Amino acid sequence: MLPEQLQAWDASAVLNSRIERGELSIEIAAEKIAAVCRYLKDEHQFVRLSAVTAVDRYPAEPRFEVVYLLHSIERNQRLRLKCRLPGEAPEIDSVTGVWRAADWYEREVFDLLGVRFRNHPDLRRILMPEDWNGHPLRKDYPVTGQKYNYTGEAL
Amino acid sequence: MTLNMGPQHPSTHGVLRMILELDGETVVQARCDIGYLHTGIEKECEQKTWQQVVTLTDRIDYLCPLTNNLCYCLAVEKLLGLEIPPAAQWMRVLLNELTRINSHLVWLGTHSLDLGAMSLFLYCFREREDILRIFEMFSGQRMMTSYFRIGGLALEPPRGWRQAVGKFIDAFPSRVDEYEDLLTRNPIWMRRTKGVGYAALEDLLDLGVTGPMLRAAGLAWDIRKSEPYSSYEKFDFDVPTRSEGDVYARYQVRMEELRQSARIVRQALDGMPSGPYTADAPHVVLPDREKMKTQMEALIYHFKIVTEGFRVPEGEVYQVVESPRGEMGYYVVSDGTSKPYRVFIHGPSFGNLQGLPKMVEGRLVADAIAVLGSIDFVLGDVDR
Repeated sequence: MLPEQLQAWDASAVLNSRIERGELSIEIAAEKIAAVCRYLKDEHQFVRLSAVTAVDRYPAEPRFEVVYLLHSIERNQRLRLKCRLPGEAPEIDSVTGVWRAADWYEREVFDLLGVRFRNHPDLRRILMPEDWNGHPLRKDYPVTGQKYNYTGEAL
Repeated sequence: MTLNMGPQHPSTHGVLRMILELDGETVVQARCDIGYLHTGIEKECEQKTWQQVVTLTDRIDYLCPLTNNLCYCLAVEKLLGLEIPPAAQWMRVLLNELTRINSHLVWLGTHSLDLGAMSLFLYCFREREDILRIFEMFSGQRMMTSYFRIGGLALEPPRGWRQAVGKFIDAFPSRVDEYEDLLTRNPIWMRRTKGVGYAALEDLLDLGVTGPMLRAAGLAWDIRKSEPYSSYEKFDFDVPTRSEGDVYARYQVRMEELRQSARIVRQALDGMPSGPYTADAPHVVLPDREKMKTQMEALIYHFKIVTEGFRVPEGEVYQVVESPRGEMGYYVVSDGTSKPYRVFIHGPSFGNLQGLPKMVEGRLVADAIAVLGSIDFVLGDVDR
């Protein structure tokens, strides 16, 4: 099965794996993510990256979970990869080199949760205005009370 | 030359801004600027109880609110381990296929309007009106229906729904013939769409494009077939494909999908099982009025569900459905409380729009309009 195959390929990359409600989820060492994705795409037909997102576990540490939702049409299988990142300066390798689809998803995670992606070709905010302060989907970011003046926005 | 197209340009279907680098009339580089419709729905989901989130999901992809409702409800039902009775599942399928027809009609109407075929727009919206009336009949709302709830349907289907749906579905296939008469062999339409916006299947997959665009490039992948949900495995329908991968092929695929959806609605209508429309889960589903007023237990459940909501066991799921635009996914994380910990919404339009530069670069500006229409994105779905 897939977790064992991954383990055999690089034992240090897999931290743990479990099947929950029929869905396979594997925790990957953060520094190995790009290599693991490349391996899964080339050797196991995970041709599609469905999405990249992240979960903020504040105040727990490591605070961020970056979640990669992979899909293989050929195997008709979905797979979830997870990497945990610290709350202080969270940073992880970009997987845009593996799937170009990761581009906007990683920008979104950066914009809304403040996780930086190394080697991303164009890491800018995507949904919020460029000069916005803070990352709205973080748990310590208030829901209301933000004031934003749109008049000065550069076009 | 740099051309700024949008965010108010009518053919950008909402508030998409494109920055086109031009050489004469040829697009050298296209960039998309999105986020104009970002309303922080994912953040808001974390403040609402599980059931309240349903009304937010309507507003994401406003052309297929019921598909969003369904995807979210399926995800939470999976977390709760709820069994949905067959009648509710079939009704969900029926309404979802009407939604697909509704969404494709808006696509066809606006897409053809962009390319100069005005009359078709009026025909499409005539039929769409019938569907919206059916939705209003069911839920009291034309667009933001919120008709699906966690555990089943919000209300029992209204009196006379069979006749209303039956009447529509009897007439609909001949209406599709009517649209095809106007477009399929129309030389202007063919010249505007054939060979335009081509992208290879490998590129589309790599860029995260899903749905009819992949099927128009030759991949017979439909989530209703490959990962069936809500009893789709019990229905008989085809997955149309074309191999050309251009705007015309996408048009052909979607036209065939209109017919296939009508087929599914017909099957659902004829074979609709009887029985309850909500799951047998008193801690999740509100009791009916009669019981609430006569039974102590029902009253307690009612009070608890209304005041604090129900708790969902800890865990996470990623549920996907086939929306009219492609793969729609809800990644829902629960920490065991009565509010979602995190809801991530993967809208098909977001991925599809990423493929846009690939399809317009090297082509004329006028072709960019045809390609935009053929992607069939909804900005609410992109920006959330």
